Amino acid sequence: MYRYDEFDAAFVAERVEQFRFQVERRLKGELTEDQFKPLRLMNGLYLQLHAYMLRIAVPYGTLSAPQLRMLGRIARKYDKGYGHFTTRQNIQFNWIKLKDVPDALADLASVEMHAIQTSGNCIRNVTADHFAGAAADEVEDPRPTAELIRQWSSLHPEFVFLPRKFKIAVIASPHDRAALRFHDAAVEIVRNEAGETGYRIHVGGGMGRTPYLSYVVGDFVARPDLLAFLEAVMRVYNENGRRDNLFKARIKILAHALGQDEMRERTLREFKEIKAQGFLEVPEAERKRIEAYFAPPKFEDLPDDEPQSPDPDFAAWAGTNTHRHRAAGHAIATISLKPIGGVPGDIGAEQLDALADLLDRFGMDEIRVSHEQNLILPHVKKKDLPAIHARLKELKLATPNAGLITDIIACPGLDYCDLANARSIPVAQDIARRFADLGRQHDIGELKIKISGCINACGHHHAGHIGILGVDKKGVEYYQLLLGGSGAEDAAIATIMGPGFGAHEIADAVERVVAAYLKLRNDGERFLDTYRRVGMEPFKNVAYGEQLHAAH
Amino acid sequence: MALQILTANRLIDGDVVYWHAGAWVEALGEADVLAHEAEAAAALDAANASVAGNLVVKPYLFDVRKENDAIIPVKEREIIRAMGPSVHADLGKRAEGSTPASILKAAAARDQPGASPCPKERDNEVSI
Repeated sequence: MYRYDEFDAAFVAERVEQFRFQVERRLKGELTEDQFKPLRLMNGLYLQLHAYMLRIAVPYGTLSAPQLRMLGRIARKYDKGYGHFTTRQNIQFNWIKLKDVPDALADLASVEMHAIQTSGNCIRNVTADHFAGAAADEVEDPRPTAELIRQWSSLHPEFVFLPRKFKIAVIASPHDRAALRFHDAAVEIVRNEAGETGYRIHVGGGMGRTPYLSYVVGDFVARPDLLAFLEAVMRVYNENGRRDNLFKARIKILAHALGQDEMRERTLREFKEIKAQGFLEVPEAERKRIEAYFAPPKFEDLPDDEPQSPDPDFAAWAGTNTHRHRAAGHAIATISLKPIGGVPGDIGAEQLDALADLLDRFGMDEIRVSHEQNLILPHVKKKDLPAIHARLKELKLATPNAGLITDIIACPGLDYCDLANARSIPVAQDIARRFADLGRQHDIGELKIKISGCINACGHHHAGHIGILGVDKKGVEYYQLLLGGSGAEDAAIATIMGPGFGAHEIADAVERVVAAYLKLRNDGERFLDTYRRVGMEPFKNVAYGEQLHAAH
Repeated sequence: MALQILTANRLIDGDVVYWHAGAWVEALGEADVLAHEAEAAAALDAANASVAGNLVVKPYLFDVRKENDAIIPVKEREIIRAMGPSVHADLGKRAEGSTPASILKAAAARDQPGASPCPKERDNEVSI
């Protein structure tokens, strides 16, 4: 894992003390709320419905055992015993008291964590493929590149007051596990015909009120030019992005107003200028220094036999929650944070502690947070899988549903969030309970449901095979159903079916849509494939059931 | 005007508070129900003074309705603020015993299957 150097450690510690002083001044009344709000947001502290919420950065979703333990401690000491993993690989605590935040940040700093740039109009925490360094299909580990971007973008003086927030993802595999094309900018590490690695740069994706898929502005950026090229993208955005309208301020609006050709040309012009100055080249030595921190563990030469367990539940779990690893005899394991009827992404303090112990016991250095709100063990020896599964089962963390219909992404929604219009979590729970039967889930196959409680789309509803968007109508919760989205390499923006559903109708509608899919599908077709073949109409015809006739 | 209650979040811990007799209380059941515009405006003025005094942040008025003498917020958002997260009965105001029984009853009715049926006239007016 990446380790702070002296500069990083001193800077984070200094930042904690600055914020401690700012909180003191706020509580004494020396700062007004208007003066204080931008300061607290710069330190990841939001005010939500019931309390303050602290959003902590997990760069590229990687956590060590001591960091997991510290998150458990924060949950116990300053919160109500649990945290919530988000769709940006971060963790949020929901009940933090303002007076406690400086101490919580000091505790985090002791394990090289912070909440800087988890809010505000800056370049946010950089996300990456959660299978980084372990996936069998990747060109290289994308995290050293993500770390380079993190260092470049942290407190970059030119980009602390952007028109709006800016989110970057990095992947290095043809299989997109990071919703690449829904990001403001994304870096895809690719290999050319000559066998050299370089960067394909995507710009202008986003969800929210106006969803767009990104397009490519740099086909093959050479390795030393990565930061210069990204800086060029940022300059075009910073100079031309709309500051007059909050809803049109993201780069997606600029990128799609300018069009791909113009955006490419402007970016290239800036890039040439930056390159001519010559100082923003990534030195190979620095890259190597960073890469060394991400060196994979020494993989033992192990037989690739499939592990056996006397527990009849093991096979189902191994079938859905383990994935092919680059090294023989190893596997990647998904720890589902989607127990049937639970809160997607929530984790208790004792579970955080126990997972830290699990890492230690099985000689694993790190765990990952996925944007799908699950945790990933990237390097597991296959022979350890039965014992790991047994322990996860004791911790109630062995739900065998990764990638299935009950593995639902849901934002905190109106249960917590100040921006939400409707609740997301109860809808996710209702749907998960209806499809709890594992045989039924397997019959349905890969089906990604994503739920947001407002148009800001933290629950990625635009990218759901089935998306659900909560809206408010005169104070009552209603839900729009969307079909056909994807956040993977076959990225697509979901289409709204039609009029919304009441809170007690939405799960029925999902069941009808799924039943229609089961009738309509051809052999081997996922829900998304069938939708793409037959279109919205057959699903719309059944989703409203009797109510359609009553309404029209 | 509609009946209203004045609310804010407490500065030091973010807890939801309500305006009652010139001060802030934690239980919605104790809040002043404001029936006249002048009354609501005066309460908001006083609340702004307590923002300046660093007690609370983000004060605002929300609509409530009277149902069999019980006061129920019109918007779901305020029902949830008065109770805590609906998915955690063990946390927040409900767990602390400060949610009025009438709101607990309204929330339970809301969560019954068959509640909030689709309106007869569906519409697409909701902008997304």
